[in-house]
Amino acid sequence: MSEVKKVATRQSYGEALVELGKEHENLVVLDADLAAATQTGKFRAVFPDRHIDCGIAECNMIGIAAGIATTGKVPFASTFAMFAAGRAFEQVRNSVGYPHLNVKIGATHAGISVGEDGATHQCNEDIALMRTIPGMTVINPSDDVEAKAAVRAAYEMDGPVYLRFGRLAVPVINDKPEYKFEVGKGVTLRDGRDVAIVATGLCVNSALEAADLLKAEGVDARVINIHTIKPIDAELIAKAAKECGRIVTVEEHSVIGGLGSAVCDVLCERQPAPVKKIGVQDVFGESGPAVKLLEKYRLDGKGVYEQVMEFVK
Amino acid sequence: MNKTELQKMAVEVRKGIVTGVHAAKAGHPGGSLSAADVFTYLYFEEMNIDPENPKDPGRDRFVLSKGHTAPGLYSVLAHRGYFPVEDLKTLRHVGSHLQGHPCIQHTPGIDMSSGSLGQGISAAVGMALSAKLSGDTYRVYTLLGDGEIQEGQVWEAAMFAGHRKLDNLCVIVDNNGLQIDGPVDQVCSPYPIDKKFEAFNFHVVSVDDGNDFDQLKAAFDEAKATKGMPTAIVMKTLKGKGVSYMENQVGWHGKAPNDEEYAIAMADLEKAGEALCQK
Repeated sequence: MSEVKKVATRQSYGEALVELGKEHENLVVLDADLAAATQTGKFRAVFPDRHIDCGIAECNMIGIAAGIATTGKVPFASTFAMFAAGRAFEQVRNSVGYPHLNVKIGATHAGISVGEDGATHQCNEDIALMRTIPGMTVINPSDDVEAKAAVRAAYEMDGPVYLRFGRLAVPVINDKPEYKFEVGKGVTLRDGRDVAIVATGLCVNSALEAADLLKAEGVDARVINIHTIKPIDAELIAKAAKECGRIVTVEEHSVIGGLGSAVCDVLCERQPAPVKKIGVQDVFGESGPAVKLLEKYRLDGKGVYEQVMEFVK
Repeated sequence: MNKTELQKMAVEVRKGIVTGVHAAKAGHPGGSLSAADVFTYLYFEEMNIDPENPKDPGRDRFVLSKGHTAPGLYSVLAHRGYFPVEDLKTLRHVGSHLQGHPCIQHTPGIDMSSGSLGQGISAAVGMALSAKLSGDTYRVYTLLGDGEIQEGQVWEAAMFAGHRKLDNLCVIVDNNGLQIDGPVDQVCSPYPIDKKFEAFNFHVVSVDDGNDFDQLKAAFDEAKATKGMPTAIVMKTLKGKGVSYMENQVGWHGKAPNDEEYAIAMADLEKAGEALCQK
């Protein structure tokens, strides 16, 4: 088997900021003493004057970003998901969401794939928190190609955007000439009629691997990549439920309030269907190598495959 | 404006506060009245603004970090010509552009939504930083309550502003001494306020009477002349100033006058206005 190219989406974030920074003078980047980890250090190396380190003060950083946005510049405020969506939730809601300011939040180290740092830093709640804020766009890219496209799309649109990135290097799955990113549009990666697996972030790759294993068992699974959780592609999801009858959602996030809940919100109103929510159950994470944790929490290809089999049999 | 004209305007601003809160049957008169003079000074004397062009990129900015005193800000904006004074009677009514706390999307002249305490100062710091990044010359003012500075975010913002030497930023603390649960020094003392801002690398101007226009002018002139560091103006004021029964009363932090109390308040202010006309 040939070696699959792997890139952490936080690295894609840092690289995309540099590219966009070259094109747009009004782009500024903020960080809270995590420039190496969030990869905004790449931007700082090229544009030191447009990189603002706020120190370990995330609430203030979000407020500063809001103030900057009122003056017409486009700030990307960067820190770990735990602190961007968790600690600074109310600043994001009241200083960014309510005034609907053009602030982009680059949240890295989301989910249990943070790994060794353990539960305090593994944010499995950010999608739930961010999608409740009116007017907030929430994007969770699946790989390097999509992450870079998402950063560009976030810059190009007006209004607040929450971008979710991971620490772990993940396979590049969208490196195709026909790849196109559109905010709010899901992507059908594989057609199928027996069950539709709707996945987001690094779990999209797990879903594809699971679909291969399911095929061998005679289960024909559709795989849909929902990179934009809000606004969600309700059309595509309702169509999948209608044609496949059963839906499985897969996310590296709590099963409470994330993609699974967003999909159920769509289906209960438009196309009721049985749904299996795969994700982090109602528990905190723990320390360990990211890959081992994904295995333990059954978010890798094998874990998803097994859970889909239990659901469809 | 000369001092008497500013004083007369401040009386009109206070009438607008009382009228708005009375019509809303809710709101925060005490801290609006303590800050009525600084609102008046900023919008009629100090700031480079144009009500005809409220989004002018080169304008000075004001962020009401103590956002609950919106009735004071709305009143001064109305009297300065951003919207009709009549609108003040719609304060907090369903469908009104005058929300309970300032909203950048609703009201002309509002530079930032605020009201959740401790957040406005960070936005003001962001505006000041943005001006520095692009070489713009506008100044940024933000008004905080003395209770508000109990919020930790205020000091995150202060540390950053001092570190970045944002001399285009002027932080004003309305030290009226009272918060909802009682006197600030009994609830959780913020004192000494001046030494705290000094420790965060601010130039500090202490104002003995923040309801006196001469002292306000001296303080803002000093702030403007200060280079290489942000300025904090810590001004002692009288909560409820101008309405006899509200002055220095904790109970008038967040309560609306009834019809009878409204009449007394307006009579107090009429009298103050007439006294100024005798001058």
